[in-house]
Amino acid sequence: MLIIPCPWCGDRDESEFKYGGEAHIERPLDPDALTDEAWADFLFMRRNTKGPFLERWMHAAGCRRWFNLARDTATNQVFGAYRIGERAPAAYWDAVGQPAEKNGKTPPGWRVVTGGAAEATPAAEVALAARKVSA
Amino acid sequence: MKKYSFLSLVSGAATGHKDWPRAWRKPEPKKAYDVIIVGGGGHGLATAYYLAKEHGITRVAVLEKGPIGLGNTGRNTTIIRSNYLWDESAHLYEKSLKLFEGLSRNVNFNTMVSQRGVLNLAHTLHDLRELQRRVNAIRFNGIDSEVLDAQQTKAFCPILNISPSCRYPVLGASLQRRGGVARHDAVAWGFARAADDLGVDIIENCEVTGIRRDGDQVTGVETTRGLIQAPKVGIVVAGHTSVLAGMAGLRLPITSHPLQALVSEPIKPVIDCVVMSNQVHVYVSQSDKGELVIGAGIDAYNGYGQRGSLPTIEHQLSALMELFPIFSRLRMLRQWAGTVDTCPDASPIISRTPVRGFYINGGWGTGGFKATPGSGWVFAHTIAQDRPHPLNAAFSLDRFATGALVDEHGAAAVAH
Repeated sequence: MLIIPCPWCGDRDESEFKYGGEAHIERPLDPDALTDEAWADFLFMRRNTKGPFLERWMHAAGCRRWFNLARDTATNQVFGAYRIGERAPAAYWDAVGQPAEKNGKTPPGWRVVTGGAAEATPAAEVALAARKVSA
Repeated sequence: MKKYSFLSLVSGAATGHKDWPRAWRKPEPKKAYDVIIVGGGGHGLATAYYLAKEHGITRVAVLEKGPIGLGNTGRNTTIIRSNYLWDESAHLYEKSLKLFEGLSRNVNFNTMVSQRGVLNLAHTLHDLRELQRRVNAIRFNGIDSEVLDAQQTKAFCPILNISPSCRYPVLGASLQRRGGVARHDAVAWGFARAADDLGVDIIENCEVTGIRRDGDQVTGVETTRGLIQAPKVGIVVAGHTSVLAGMAGLRLPITSHPLQALVSEPIKPVIDCVVMSNQVHVYVSQSDKGELVIGAGIDAYNGYGQRGSLPTIEHQLSALMELFPIFSRLRMLRQWAGTVDTCPDASPIISRTPVRGFYINGGWGTGGFKATPGSGWVFAHTIAQDRPHPLNAAFSLDRFATGALVDEHGAAAVAH
């Protein structure tokens, strides 16, 4: 059983929470301009990190608020929780070997899909290429 | 290869079983192969076997980071069946079940395939209607399946509680008589021994640490035992598909989760079939040793730790109590978890990739064991011919961009 530190309610058992998967996936600002591949990237493609990972949880049987948690997916070590819009805790940045002050709130190398094909990300290119291969 | 038979058993007994040869060699890795299969579980070993047997490609290495068959192959609940709703899945899993039916003979290894029948229970009117629809679809695909009412279900599995006063009473079930169980370890060992006999190098304790590329062409893999070159590399690494694909620069629509199972203390034979319930969510069968083998769904969170949380087990055991009050004082002997890689549509990816010569077989979620021979068979075809077989064409990586998902959530007769 994971003990999860809700930023509002404190430490609670995992069974009080609902899992929301990978954090910091930004919804496209201009959905009409998106290619199928960019949509696939937003909807389906995931980092699925083995190791320190930023993820969303919702305190379903408590304050019912969403927040982010930094946890190691291989060891289940919890580095700490942080509210939406805040930066991940320093323990997380230490674990990934990136000093917190040099980074914003998002992990290194993270994609931000904001527009159409012009801003297609590597994963979208992969999906595009996959389509060409099978065409 | 020493042929296993009744006579070899008798002659082995006569010499005190001291002179059995190794079932497969322990070769040193060569510098180069025609095909490298990463992952020495059932699917990977089956792939290597069919590459050699069906396609004549014998310069093949299977690389496994530990001993073979100790990942999800050794951790599943050994159920085999092919009662899937959608045509694409039904055909793939039926191919696999047919290969299971002849497997012991073909690989000369007793895989202990036992077609004892698989029941999928319905607990609500909606369940029952959905189940009838599914049975019809399955029968249209030429696969055996039938609907039982509550009394017939009770007759097939007498210890099942069908009392109408249950919170979720059993209203009926679908039955696939050709479904059942197979010995998971024996499937891995049988494929390993047969592949080795055809010239495949099975290299244990050899972890892949990197994928070598020259532009968009794969050239080999870096391992803890040195660089090994090959123009074709297939990864079959349930649980770690994203990690290995990441080494080749690919991101996948897969998330990895813990999937737990447990066995009870051994008891006398009480249940001679497999019972699955999607609604209360548990499945159970009895092993030849007498242990109940119990499984259910994944833990919700991402995890590579090969352990899960207790509430998941509490849930599946409470479901078991509802179906079988007779088990209420049974003690559990062992509990464990494997890491399963789940796809958004609960269907696998058996596909070429944008990296030439790099092939992926993964995303089987909670249901990979039953597909072991079929998965290897189509993946061997995909690698050898560099194009998918019609049986796995629908399970390509690009379906997530085209939207042609094979949505088996729930339709797979048990939640994935």
